[in-house]
Amino acid sequence: MFDRINRRNLLLGGAGLTLGGCKIFDGAKRNDTAMRNFFESASGLTYRTQRLIGGRDRLAREFTEADIRQGQRPNGSTDPQTEDYLTLARDDFADYQLTVTGLVENPVMLSRDDLMAMPSRTQITRHDCVEGWSCIAKWTGVPLGTVLDQARPTDAARFVVFHCYDAIERTLGGIVTYYESIDLVDARHPQTILAYGMNDAPLPVANGAPLRLRVERQLGYKMAKYIHTIELVSDFAGLADGRGSYWADRGYEWYAGI
Amino acid sequence: MSTSRNGPLIYRQSVWTRLTHWLWAICLFFLLLTGLQIFNAHPHLYFGKQSGFEFDNSFLDIDARRTDAGLIGVTNLFGHEFDTTGILGVQGENVQAFPAALTIPSTRNLATGRVIHFFFAWTLVGTLLVWLVASAINGHLRALAIRGRDIRALPSDIAAHARLKFHHTRDYNVLQKLSYAGVLFVLLPLMILTGLTMSPSFNATAPWLLDVFGGRQTARSIHFLTMLVLVGFFVIHILMILAAGPLNELRSILTGWYRVDPDHKETDHV
Repeated sequence: MFDRINRRNLLLGGAGLTLGGCKIFDGAKRNDTAMRNFFESASGLTYRTQRLIGGRDRLAREFTEADIRQGQRPNGSTDPQTEDYLTLARDDFADYQLTVTGLVENPVMLSRDDLMAMPSRTQITRHDCVEGWSCIAKWTGVPLGTVLDQARPTDAARFVVFHCYDAIERTLGGIVTYYESIDLVDARHPQTILAYGMNDAPLPVANGAPLRLRVERQLGYKMAKYIHTIELVSDFAGLADGRGSYWADRGYEWYAGI
Repeated sequence: MSTSRNGPLIYRQSVWTRLTHWLWAICLFFLLLTGLQIFNAHPHLYFGKQSGFEFDNSFLDIDARRTDAGLIGVTNLFGHEFDTTGILGVQGENVQAFPAALTIPSTRNLATGRVIHFFFAWTLVGTLLVWLVASAINGHLRALAIRGRDIRALPSDIAAHARLKFHHTRDYNVLQKLSYAGVLFVLLPLMILTGLTMSPSFNATAPWLLDVFGGRQTARSIHFLTMLVLVGFFVIHILMILAAGPLNELRSILTGWYRVDPDHKETDHV
């Protein structure tokens, strides 16, 4: 409700805003302006520094059952309405297939049974939203590294892109479905899993059924929900605005370790 | 006013002290205003590891509520509700926790707020390191050291400040030492560490920080409360400068030269 009121006021009451605020720095709001690029130089520094001091396999904190004190708060898309998703959901995702493609030697299609037959990992971790809140839940899934081992990324592959079912935005030109990406360090991190279970139950629709990503050393928006395709790429040139993620194309950091 | 007296001018602040002082001023200005922008994305503060949505561990909530009289801003502090319409929660047609005049950018824009916040966080850390190295080499650190005579002077110094009677000397008085050292060695490191404790990547690098601060959400709350203390320091800092003689004080932090009292005991330094 808070958000809805605000958005309406931004549209209707825009005139009231023009007087207030530190507007001289509003030029930094748009991607690819000189001021924006200047400030964004720090994001690259953060990424390189955290990779340097963080190590490849340092684990995010795992919590205990006693720390699961509430359901996992869903946000972003919570109820996808795209046609192919609704078709899958009607049969409880029995016909779901995960496609792994792109710069791989062995493109694969994996059913939900295939994924669940692979060795699984369960972890109780904290989900940190970019807005500032945190929520602890238990996640069960197959390590992304195991799936990548089947597909065998080529030497040219540098990033793992996740293509999703949910329409995060509807524009006059059509729908924009969610997309995210991570580097191979995070993709091969032991806690990076494709989760199909949450809090000892099948992953609910609101939290990304049938399959979502967990990247425990980054913020929530990196953890794509409703994944249908995993694509290995060498760069983001062919992906929307070229910044590698729906939110990165809208000004958020691609690397969300902070 | 000290400048109306004819005490000698002494070279009090090195270029490193002056340069880092103004860099901090710029950094803290941006960090505060982008920090409030970031806070506005989720204007609730909690104690603990996580945010209670199905249980209550928040102690500050700033909300907007629709009533028959229109939208009102409601601030809840430790269970006590305050109508803060016009200041917090709702400002005219604008619905956000802190008003647009206090945020960068001026409209709701978390992404830009974060980008600018982290830019100046890096700049602040870099400036602190430069200051620390320079001050260790040029002896400025000793100027902040609290000695036996400082402790003995504390009661009379407090009394003098309370009467807005200031001695203009080469050395900092004990209240200056306590406040400057407190900002540089306690408050700013606390800001940096609680900020890093909010980073999920840094949590994996240094998980002990989560235990030191009592969880990510407590760290976020300490980050906010420390901001309030820093704002308090800034207000008192400005008031003291105005009371002690703003021209002399400004000259010393701009050029390094400071006019001391005529009866200043350490004039042999000049």
